[in-house]
Amino acid sequence: MTQWTPKQPIVSLKDVYKSFGSLEVLKGITFDVMKGEVICIIGPSGSGKSTLIRCINALNNIQGGKILVKGQDLTDPNLDKLELRKNVGMVFQQYNLFPHKTAIQNIMMAPTLVLKQAEKEVRARAELLIKKVRLEGKEDSFPGELSGGQQQRVAIARSLAMNPEVMLFDEVTAALDPETVKEVLVTIKDLAHEGMTCMLVTHEMGFAKEIADHIYFTDNGIIVEHGPPRTFFSEATDPRTQEFLSQIL
Amino acid sequence: MVFKKMEIPKHSKNHLPVMKPFIIRGISHKTTTQWLSGFSPWIIVILIIPIFAWPIFANAGGNFTTKTAFEALWKWVPFLFLGGFLFNILISLFAMLFGTIAGAILGLGQISQLFLIRKLCWFLTQLFRNSPWLVILFIVLLALPFEIIIFGYIISIPDWMKAVFGLSLPVMANISEIVRGAVVSVPKGQWEASESLAFSRQQTLWRIILPQCFKRMIPPWMNWYAILTMATPLCSLLGVEEIITLSRQAMEAENNHPELLVPFYSFALALFFIYCYPIAKYTVYLEKKFSVKF
Repeated sequence: MTQWTPKQPIVSLKDVYKSFGSLEVLKGITFDVMKGEVICIIGPSGSGKSTLIRCINALNNIQGGKILVKGQDLTDPNLDKLELRKNVGMVFQQYNLFPHKTAIQNIMMAPTLVLKQAEKEVRARAELLIKKVRLEGKEDSFPGELSGGQQQRVAIARSLAMNPEVMLFDEVTAALDPETVKEVLVTIKDLAHEGMTCMLVTHEMGFAKEIADHIYFTDNGIIVEHGPPRTFFSEATDPRTQEFLSQIL
Repeated sequence: MVFKKMEIPKHSKNHLPVMKPFIIRGISHKTTTQWLSGFSPWIIVILIIPIFAWPIFANAGGNFTTKTAFEALWKWVPFLFLGGFLFNILISLFAMLFGTIAGAILGLGQISQLFLIRKLCWFLTQLFRNSPWLVILFIVLLALPFEIIIFGYIISIPDWMKAVFGLSLPVMANISEIVRGAVVSVPKGQWEASESLAFSRQQTLWRIILPQCFKRMIPPWMNWYAILTMATPLCSLLGVEEIITLSRQAMEAENNHPELLVPFYSFALALFFIYCYPIAKYTVYLEKKFSVKF
């Protein structure tokens, strides 16, 4: 593993290609994310946003190019995926909580089983995380008893329990009712303000504008346009970006 | 602050009728237990009439009446039940026990990451799942030795043990499919979430996937137990002393009157029904209860 220093990007993508069979999904994606940065990836459906973010914790393999996460090369055939995933947390659109475990058990499982930490210590931290995502009193509820927004916040806490350095959010509010979207976004905003490196695939433009340090617009497997939110939304030059923004803003 | 919410094309659940499995009208898609649990009491009433009427029609001119036929049956009831039917239950329990253990191992083998193991387990499953039970039973009976010698001791293998082994093979194959199917039916997101939390494959399987499968496996597992129990009379062809074998012996002792045929076999049928009906009812209840989840 190459040595990583905080001055280097924590996530670095270089000319990433990915295809499912003959369908090319990513056609040369290059960008860097520095520690503490919050980036948002936006774009029309089917433009490869989710695929892109899933490549970063090796849920998807790439066919070309290079991805470095904290110096770890994801294209290395000897890649220690478990080591990588300890550093990268991921939250899914469908929450994917473990339905047979309570909220706090969901949070505690990975640290106790994977990191082999002492249960008492993990429980204390899990309780703090429950508080952090504002779910006090729901510790012993099963996922089926929680609303979508509450489940998603448990899912965020579950990822945070591993103390990751990078958090990936894959359209985490897309499956939620409009009234519960906000509670999830507030949680993510808290995280961003604490300096967590976050990569979000999102359709929440207002949120992206407010929270992101950098916005990437993808279409058809390439990054069409990118920039800080202030300039991105007002000075988009590419016709595809303009069309997309005009449809949703 | 106000968040703007845009229209999101959700990953569509398919409601197109063309995508639904094609169901041929008139063909029952019920499992054995589903069918059995819906058994109407009227069918029993309707069946009782020919059972009682049989000795009259079969009467070959002697003085054998329905009454004498059932008196003969009554005499043999303890023998048939204690010596025969309980043995059927015993065989079914043992076959289910071994079949379940072997089936669970085979089923997990079917989802192994090693190509060779996966293919081998798949092959064994398909082989025993799609072979006639009676053929398997005969092969086992004739292929296994009737005694084995371990350290100079001669241990004889009784026929009923061979029957247990023979019956457990198809059960094993079907349990294997149940296990595989249950694992596959857990949403892919569960695997991905576990993976993204750095769980190893073993941890994911044993801590996340299998605990969720367990409940779904119980109803089909019980269905196969009912099927197995009803298949135990096959053993009579191997000479195992179970209820059908004993029924034949009893009828011979009663001079093989044709009038006895239907009462005796109906008695066996009734015992199987009384035993399997509650199992079927409970299975269907569990099916309904567990199907609400997810």
